[in-house]
Amino acid sequence: MATNYTASEMMAVRASKELHDHEVIFVGIGLPNLACNLARATHAPDLFMIYESGAVGAVPERLPVSIGDPALVTDSISIVSQADIFQCYLQQGLIEVGFLGGAQVDKYGNINTTTIGDYHNPKVRLPGSGGACEIAVHSKRLLIVMRMNPKSFVSKCDFITSPGHRFKDQKRSSKGLPGAGPVKVITDLGVCDFVEGEMIFAEIYPGVDIEKVKASCGWNLKIANQLKKTVEPEEFEVKLLREKLDPQKLYL
Amino acid sequence: MAQNLKQRTRKLCSMKEAISDAVKPASSLYIEGFTHLICFAAGHEIIRQGIKDLIAVRLTPDLVYDQLVEAGCVKKLVFSWAGNPGVGSLHAVRRRSQKDSKTRLELEEYSHFGMVSRLVAGSANLPFGVLRNYEGTDIPSVNVDIKTIKCPYTGEVLSTVSALRPDVVIVHCQRADVLGNAQVWGLMGTQKEAVFAAKRVIVVAEEIVETALIRKDPNRTLIPSIVVDHVVHEPWGAHPSYVQGFYDRDNAFYVAWEDISKDPSTYQDYLNEFVYGVKNREEYLKKLGGDTLKRLRAKSQICAGVDYGY
Repeated sequence: MATNYTASEMMAVRASKELHDHEVIFVGIGLPNLACNLARATHAPDLFMIYESGAVGAVPERLPVSIGDPALVTDSISIVSQADIFQCYLQQGLIEVGFLGGAQVDKYGNINTTTIGDYHNPKVRLPGSGGACEIAVHSKRLLIVMRMNPKSFVSKCDFITSPGHRFKDQKRSSKGLPGAGPVKVITDLGVCDFVEGEMIFAEIYPGVDIEKVKASCGWNLKIANQLKKTVEPEEFEVKLLREKLDPQKLYL
Repeated sequence: MAQNLKQRTRKLCSMKEAISDAVKPASSLYIEGFTHLICFAAGHEIIRQGIKDLIAVRLTPDLVYDQLVEAGCVKKLVFSWAGNPGVGSLHAVRRRSQKDSKTRLELEEYSHFGMVSRLVAGSANLPFGVLRNYEGTDIPSVNVDIKTIKCPYTGEVLSTVSALRPDVVIVHCQRADVLGNAQVWGLMGTQKEAVFAAKRVIVVAEEIVETALIRKDPNRTLIPSIVVDHVVHEPWGAHPSYVQGFYDRDNAFYVAWEDISKDPSTYQDYLNEFVYGVKNREEYLKKLGGDTLKRLRAKSQICAGVDYGY
């Protein structure tokens, strides 16, 4: 076990455990990118990584700074157009896992990456959807990675960019979306599951106080009766992150 | 008899000539490239020529569109993800799209799949694109262009987006001949769809090669001469973006850009030095310096090739 690690490192390691070898995963920008590459360097060497830039079966030798990095091309299985990525891969239903972050998430797993405040007169203009909306619609299961604080875990998103389990008072299951929606939220304090479409705090990291978790959420977060304690990262995992995967600390 | 003479017209010209001929005030402009092959040389020339009121269209506006915005060339931005990939924000766009902004930029946004579908429709000469998407998101509530249609075969309700037909599309590629037959490898983004959807096409190439070389590897040709209007030879024309097999992305620049672009005065200093302060790409490269180019030059990884015999 590692004795000295940061919350971001814990988060990346925990997120990587959600990925299984041979799964087909649509890799998003930021921490998901790091978690996927950590999984590939450890327990999931044959993780089949697809990037919206058109890289299919990518095996990047260095951590891609962007999702269009040239290292995603070299030695990958196939390079396709973006029309193919969204039509033949994502809409076709080939993506088993999607992996997203955002500025706001609500208890149903709806994600906002568009604007804070009123859309037409925003307090903060964020990048927008990119591929996030369709990833949330089509991935068979969706993982969310976000740091927890009351500004990001909100009772209602200012804008829903990517749909979760319930929106506009309607259940996802009644709307026929192809993907199952979010299954886990990996945070810097612990991990949430979804029970009947609502987020429930199920797993706490070592050394984290449950009161801090409650205070970091903008709504009255449900806590699982049998709260699990997350295993600490291994020494080699932390070392991999620091020395090989993200030495420039782009995501950590 | 209708003939397409583009197939035998030599189109090689300077970036300055291509831009002044093809890009007019209020044109809808699509500079292609998804991280890869983004033609900064073209963007900089548009800024130098002071072309205004552009409708700037791209999936990811990236730094080059942010610079066009800061320089006052853009009236409206049509996009699906406006950020500095892996680093932060597009500050010129952000400064013009928030509550406290003094001037406001018109925005029209989609998701990537929506933008791609618009181009697919445009390239196929159809009025709209169809996709299974947008259920549960607020995007259609702020973009009236996203509508729905009932499938006449299954009854399923699907989303639609209007076809995109940009006035001008600019694509950067590894190599082309003087007729505009262009070969691309590595990430292809929406290059193919964009050139077929376009009213005018400028091909910018790292290398100009003989048509005979193009014909040796026809599977590699993404863009045929019959849709191309101008060909520009511009080595390193995509920096700080990259060209597979030629040079790496200048990630250090993208990271440094966050601080340069945050403050309007350092932003202006940059434009003064690297855009207004140079006549063309050659002078830009001189200013950039040999060490930077050396640092970014690609390590070779050549593919063994394929047999086209029969």
